[in-house]
Amino acid sequence: MKRHLVSAADLSRDDALLILDTAEELAQLSGRAVKKLPTLRGRTVVNLFFEDSTRTKTSFEVAEKRLSADVINFAAKGSSVSKGESLKDTALTLQAMGADAVVIRHHASGAPARLAQSDWLHGSVINAGDGTHEHPTQALLDAFTLRRHLNPGLGNDLSGRRVTIVGDVLHSRVARSNVLLLNTLGAEVTFVAPPTLLPIGIDNWPCDVSYDLDAALAKTDALMMLRVQRERMNAAFFPTEREYSRRYGMHGGRLAKLPEHAIVMHPGPMVRGMEITAEVADSPRCTAVEQVANGVSIRMAVLYLLLGGATLADAPGTNQSEAAK
Amino acid sequence: MTTTNTPRPPHQVLDGADISRVITRIAHEIVERAKGAEDVVLLGIHTRGVHLSRRLQAKLTQITGREIPLGTLDITMYRDDLRMKPARALEHTEIPAGGIDGKLVILVDDVLFSGRTVRAALDALGDIGRPRAVQLAVLVDRGHRELPIRADYVGKNLPTSLREAVQVRLADTDGQDAVLVGDRDYPQASRSARRESAAKAPAADPTRPE
Repeated sequence: MKRHLVSAADLSRDDALLILDTAEELAQLSGRAVKKLPTLRGRTVVNLFFEDSTRTKTSFEVAEKRLSADVINFAAKGSSVSKGESLKDTALTLQAMGADAVVIRHHASGAPARLAQSDWLHGSVINAGDGTHEHPTQALLDAFTLRRHLNPGLGNDLSGRRVTIVGDVLHSRVARSNVLLLNTLGAEVTFVAPPTLLPIGIDNWPCDVSYDLDAALAKTDALMMLRVQRERMNAAFFPTEREYSRRYGMHGGRLAKLPEHAIVMHPGPMVRGMEITAEVADSPRCTAVEQVANGVSIRMAVLYLLLGGATLADAPGTNQSEAAK
Repeated sequence: MTTTNTPRPPHQVLDGADISRVITRIAHEIVERAKGAEDVVLLGIHTRGVHLSRRLQAKLTQITGREIPLGTLDITMYRDDLRMKPARALEHTEIPAGGIDGKLVILVDDVLFSGRTVRAALDALGDIGRPRAVQLAVLVDRGHRELPIRADYVGKNLPTSLREAVQVRLADTDGQDAVLVGDRDYPQASRSARRESAAKAPAADPTRPE
């Protein structure tokens, strides 16, 4: 495994399965009285959040604390960033304070990659969502949830399972990470969205594209609903919310058309009445809450596998120490 | 021990029948010391401790006529040498349904060496519950303790030098039952046959406290 987790494309099939299997083992921990492992004792993990987040940030924090890491939360609001500090200077400051890993969420696509490629930070960089680019730990927890429902068992992948991702693909980092990871794990991905909400160049992605949700329902093992990201929209992408909701929203009637075993997933936050009705959101076939619980296990697995062992050979600093010998 | 400096090939100290007798004896010792083994819970430490604990459970069932609770324990996350190697995959930890609170937990492992594995296992137990007491059963005690830890039930005391490697091979993973002792620096070529299983389950690696 690489030292950083910036993109779902960084993960080979073996890496991904190792993370899923490790998470499966760590998931047991939540049933115990003492939900803590000493594995990352003395390691410092910085949560560097330049963008609002409740689920992801809390999930990472819980995972870090369960592994006994020292957690530092750094929100852009109320920090030197609001005074005009650059990403580089923030990173150098964190390095000077001895951060072993940085979990970063940034509104600019590519910010985590910039951190990972620079020598500003010597620790691992974990992407917790960058702009409209990627959100690899979300893809991992989605794959974990999918595997538990569709092909349970250690070492199993998702080969042949059909996943339909519906909604605002254009602005969705979840969709990008998911299509990469699900493809690595052997699943077949179909995007369903209005043409205006599909990114340019989607023909080159390893997936099918459709504009008709009803036609896709029957051949779907898992349906992944995406939120319409109004905060990133600066143009008219569809005429009215009602029209979007009718054509691409999930409601009880569509739920009935899904195969018996199929599940409805949502990465959250859900906008009830927009892409999903309350009836579907509250049905036992909707895994949104389960996904949040799985997120903690997945993030523990990622943190353990990146930080728990020896510093890997490609880390800066190891070469220096070798040269010193 | 040896007068020459040439590495000695592994030689067998226990065969299948010996191991079977040893497990039978330990089972009887457990029943005797625990006065019927009423509240005993067996926990096997991965990898070979799990196989041994299964055999021990079968023997205890024979003797007492009751099913003794059996679990497995993966101590990877509690190791003190985690940072010396890349992060490794986890094994399955399974605590029996009745839990371990107030029970007599008997940890089962194949080789007792530095004692560091047992230390990690004790830490892991502390997070899982509060047993009435914890005891340790091992197939082989090879000495060279680095911590104040001892076993309650020992299959065989095997005085070794640090240069030697103790290999426990069990039918469940290695195709046959045997305990072998040889020099660690004995040429690898002659070991190639069992390298595959050794790579999968590095319990036979004497440099690792197992």
